[in-house]
Amino acid sequence: MTRPPLTRLGVAAVAVGGAVGALLRWLAGGLGDAGPSFPWTTLTVNVVGCFALALLPAVAVVRRTPWLAQGLGPGLLGGFTTLSIHTDEARALVASGQAAVAAGYLALTLGACLAAVMVADHWSTRSERAVFDAEEGNE
Amino acid sequence: MILLLVALGGAAGSVMRYLTGHFWDGDFPRGTLLVNVVGATLLGVFSGLALEGNAAALLGTGFCGALTTYSSFAVKAHALGRGRGTVYVVATLGGALLGCFAGFALVT
Repeated sequence: MTRPPLTRLGVAAVAVGGAVGALLRWLAGGLGDAGPSFPWTTLTVNVVGCFALALLPAVAVVRRTPWLAQGLGPGLLGGFTTLSIHTDEARALVASGQAAVAAGYLALTLGACLAAVMVADHWSTRSERAVFDAEEGNE
Repeated sequence: MILLLVALGGAAGSVMRYLTGHFWDGDFPRGTLLVNVVGATLLGVFSGLALEGNAAALLGTGFCGALTTYSSFAVKAHALGRGRGTVYVVATLGGALLGCFAGFALVT
């Protein structure tokens, strides 16, 4: 796998995208979910973000424009979705005596996110996904 | 103010994740694996410290939230195929959970 050059424009796009993505996640509820109730907000954020990332290779202008792929992939959607808050919510569930709910939450998120990726893959070809991956849209 | 801190943390976390992936991800996404485990461990520590308000917005919601990613994780896991994808999933979720519990326990 050859690495594309790091560009100032690409890094700036990741920073702006990441800021917007984190804000959208915060607006959606984000960390406020940590606690005994089921973390539906983070689950939804992660599934929507996975679907959107897997859909990006289908968009021609994204495949043609590396900084856009970087700003939307590792930036916007990378900042929007989160594994740390997901994990910490599972930890909080275990701490409140709901280990089975925590296990269900982990399994449901993984299953739904992988399913979302598989569904979104139908809109792009293998070579279109390779182009997007090569411009580091999946980082 | 909270808005600004979430955005600032999100920008810093995303750039750190992107750079780590750029330099470390190869055929196997070990860079993305690393940031996900480190971010989850850090958030465990911050949860243990019971950060609130501005600090939680900047470091928790913003930085740790954005340093880690589920979208890249799921897309890469799927692309790796059944065998190596399973290794990647187990390493990421196992490492992140272990780190988060350990980080929390370390400070409480």
